[in-house]
Amino acid sequence: MIKIVKRDQPSKAIFFFTPVLAIFLTLIAGGIIFYILGFKPFEALKFFFIVPIADKYGFSELLLKATPLCLIAIGLSFCFKSNNWNIGAEGQLTFGAIVSGGVALLFYDQEGFYILPIVILAGAIGGMIYASIPAILKTYFNTNEILVSLMLVYVSKLILDYLVVGPWSNPEGFNFPETRQFSDSARLPLLFEGLRIHAGIFLALAAVVISWFVFYKTYLGFQMKVSGFSLKTAKYAGYKGKKMIILVFLISGACAGLAGVGEITGPIGQLHREVSPDYGFTAIIVAFLGRLHPVGIIFASLVVAITYLGAETAQIFMQIPKYTGQVFQGMILFFLLASDYLLFFKFKFIGTKK
Amino acid sequence: MHKFLIRSFVSSLVLLFTLTVAAVAKDVKAAFVYIGPTGDHGWTYQHDVGRKAVEDAGFETTYVEGVPESADAERVLRQLANSGHDIIFTTSFGYMNPTNKVAKEFPNVKFEHATGYKREHPNVATYAARFYEGRTILGTIAGTMTKSNVIGYVASFPIPEVIRGINSFTLAAQKVNPNIKTKIVWAFTWYDPGKEAEAAKALIDQGADVIAQHTDSTAIVQMAEKAGVYAFGQASDMDKFAPKAVLTSVENNWGPYYVDRVKAVANGTWSQKDTWHGIGDGMVVISGLDSQMPSDLQAKVKKLQADLASGKVHSFTGPIYDQKGNLMVAEGKTADDGMLAGMMTYVKGVEGDIPK
Repeated sequence: MIKIVKRDQPSKAIFFFTPVLAIFLTLIAGGIIFYILGFKPFEALKFFFIVPIADKYGFSELLLKATPLCLIAIGLSFCFKSNNWNIGAEGQLTFGAIVSGGVALLFYDQEGFYILPIVILAGAIGGMIYASIPAILKTYFNTNEILVSLMLVYVSKLILDYLVVGPWSNPEGFNFPETRQFSDSARLPLLFEGLRIHAGIFLALAAVVISWFVFYKTYLGFQMKVSGFSLKTAKYAGYKGKKMIILVFLISGACAGLAGVGEITGPIGQLHREVSPDYGFTAIIVAFLGRLHPVGIIFASLVVAITYLGAETAQIFMQIPKYTGQVFQGMILFFLLASDYLLFFKFKFIGTKK
Repeated sequence: MHKFLIRSFVSSLVLLFTLTVAAVAKDVKAAFVYIGPTGDHGWTYQHDVGRKAVEDAGFETTYVEGVPESADAERVLRQLANSGHDIIFTTSFGYMNPTNKVAKEFPNVKFEHATGYKREHPNVATYAARFYEGRTILGTIAGTMTKSNVIGYVASFPIPEVIRGINSFTLAAQKVNPNIKTKIVWAFTWYDPGKEAEAAKALIDQGADVIAQHTDSTAIVQMAEKAGVYAFGQASDMDKFAPKAVLTSVENNWGPYYVDRVKAVANGTWSQKDTWHGIGDGMVVISGLDSQMPSDLQAKVKKLQADLASGKVHSFTGPIYDQKGNLMVAEGKTADDGMLAGMMTYVKGVEGDIPK
């Protein structure tokens, strides 16, 4: 007989093993889905996960796609570790893109080394301003940050719509909803000729290193950890809760804002209505799949990025509906949450009694 | 001997012909990039109908659906250009810059961008349909069928394409019924069934008894069916979604153009151009007319359709005045394509302002 027993303490080994298990189960379930849809499962999986990154260009695209996911997820992990549920990274990304795009448009006909740093800084500030709204409302008015940050996503998209349709639209663009193209000085430099991977990846890597240092080497990191386990304990220990809430939201907002900068000054080069294919939401999956650990988040962002690329390749070469990419993302999260059960419970085999 | 020569000549001609046909059918591969799902029963659905026509003509095709207009579009285009496709149709405005960028890197691949204006490289062509001609027909029907004299119009984005449609529709409705007013609700989306249905509801609540739309889902005609008002199908024949409400639909018929262009690549006659086809060239098609329409109206519509096709009637024939009463097009003149392409003012009879 098998009995399910609660663990005294969550198992550390299983804590890092379940994401791998979730990915493995997703592959199996994905294979089954492909089989039911009438495709050869192994061939489909090959087109999904191997073909897209089989060449230099594909690998560069993988990094390009993983960069914003990683950056946002790192920022979110500050919030999630300390029990602050910032669901609105997509809005902070959009607002960061708006502010930095606005600055880039000011310089549209100018060149100069000083333009790019200002544009990047503007994006980070934009993200911070936008993240401060749910943070301040939470600390001073006790509102629910999940609702506020989520609803602000839609507000930010409407602001972007308004700007690119109206005041910021390209005067030579027949009123189509897009701005002018930024000048070359406002664009992040490409790392290799002919590939789209740009200097924004260094922002993501810097965020990884800094967050690791903060999480594991600083008093703030310790405070966040304690607050994450128990808010009451944090209060009892005398931590200034309000200050920390605002700080983690600002960090998170800055990261999302920088991700927005990376998109518009990297591959896109202008503002239009669709600066992000919901990176801010997908990054939530990335953060949890990476166990809120900086190194874990790097791997998680690569895994999730490949579901985007794979969906395209699978459709081009096998006519598999592209939306299966989203099914894969959903399955990864589902299996992760499901296998988290193993963290707190274990199976115990006991002999049957007569 | 003579006979033999003729026979061998004929047979070699036949052989040559079959070889060419085989070569044509095998060689050219066309790809299509879609903004939405192929099952949207609107914009993307009709492009996919066009793609199937290309398949039926004997060419191999590939498509990628749901490609966002973000940084992803460029990758999809490059992948298609890299994997042996000879001609790539990009079917949404937002693909304009990525299309031109990738076209530069693949000079041997032809690119066809729908609804855009940039042709930066010799291998980029643009194409669009004169949907406003269809809206002249819809306006005529709406102006005749309305009892409240309030006509609702769900619009997507304030760009010339949409403003032109509203104007063409309103002018035609005024011609048969000078008392009508066109009320606009801007949905700020091309495809969002929830938002579109809400917009239609708002218009019906304001007394509109005919609803026109410039968004792609079937939500509006379904809302009209529920409320017992008339509506028109957009992009595809939407009659089956709302048999009582839908009086007719304006269909986007891309098939003939797509087949033409893919064949041109096969024959080596493809060249860059800007195509803007209407009812006359069959790119804009009016679906069957509903039996609720009186027979004299049906006859009128049929005649108007023929006149638009032959060029005898132009949707924008003066005198046309803007909302403030300024003359836009003088009597006896018609608006030229330059004016149509940049149209950003409402004509008299449209209520409200263009969002800025």
